[in-house]
Amino acid sequence: MSGSAEEVREHIATYKKIAGALAVGTVVTVLASYLDVSVAIGITIALIIATTKASLVVNYFMHLGEERSQWLMVTLGLTAIFWLVLMLVPLLTIADHIGVANTLPNANVHEIAEGEEH
Amino acid sequence: MEIPYTVAERPDTGLNNVKLGIWLFLASEVMLFGGLFSTYILLRVGAVEWPLGAEFLNIPIGTVNTVILIASSVTMVMAYASLKLGDFAKYKTYMLATVLLPVLFLCIKGYEYYEKVSHDHLPSHSTFLAIYWTMTALHGLHIIGGIVVNGYFWGPGSKMWHAKPAMFENRVEAAGLYWHFVDLVWIFLFPVLYLL
Repeated sequence: MSGSAEEVREHIATYKKIAGALAVGTVVTVLASYLDVSVAIGITIALIIATTKASLVVNYFMHLGEERSQWLMVTLGLTAIFWLVLMLVPLLTIADHIGVANTLPNANVHEIAEGEEH
Repeated sequence: MEIPYTVAERPDTGLNNVKLGIWLFLASEVMLFGGLFSTYILLRVGAVEWPLGAEFLNIPIGTVNTVILIASSVTMVMAYASLKLGDFAKYKTYMLATVLLPVLFLCIKGYEYYEKVSHDHLPSHSTFLAIYWTMTALHGLHIIGGIVVNGYFWGPGSKMWHAKPAMFENRVEAAGLYWHFVDLVWIFLFPVLYLL
């Protein structure tokens, strides 16, 4: 944050509005968890609300929207890309056998086989 | 020998050194918590059964803690704005609130942990509880770190304001960026652990 006293006072007015929005967002998050929807939709709704709240904090409290440094943008851009890769790693665990019949042995398959032998 | 310290924006990075440093640190923190969130998704997707957070956790308490952390983020940014306006007395008030609110958060979290322990809901109980303990305890450590740093800038460290106000502002801004990040992590932890 930079600028004159007048600009800082304008920022303070914005902080109060953002504080209200974050409080409302928290209440909405809790209320949304009581909706009678599937787990997938529930997770999607919760993450949309959380991401909206997070973007308010990053933009207004951390003043990222005011930063013009290319270094910072590249650094955070790379972080975002690697973060996304991390989030997609769980998908890779099922992607390696998409379209293939379930070839992974059941955890109990050996016990069953041993039981048959006896 | 005094460590060189400048608050001037560098022409090559477009940032002052402190701000670049704290953002790089926060980027590494994103990856730290990102790894844990990724692990959570992996374990949850692979689990045959997964309990609802509400089966083990107290949603009203989690909601109150969320409001407390958001409030501390607001008081942190107000403390910084007070410094920009040159109002040191207001800064001290807001910074004190920024220190006390997370202490309250930890007290409530401590009560939650006590309940978990007394019901034998320890990390060894289930994968869900192992994740709950790991992520909330790591977040709690970050809270303690924030309390120590913000407490220093409220107490003995605040003397710098009278001698080197620009440097002090710069340090409080960096501490604020860290503190908002800690709030951000909880904004995601709360719905993921308590509500889903």
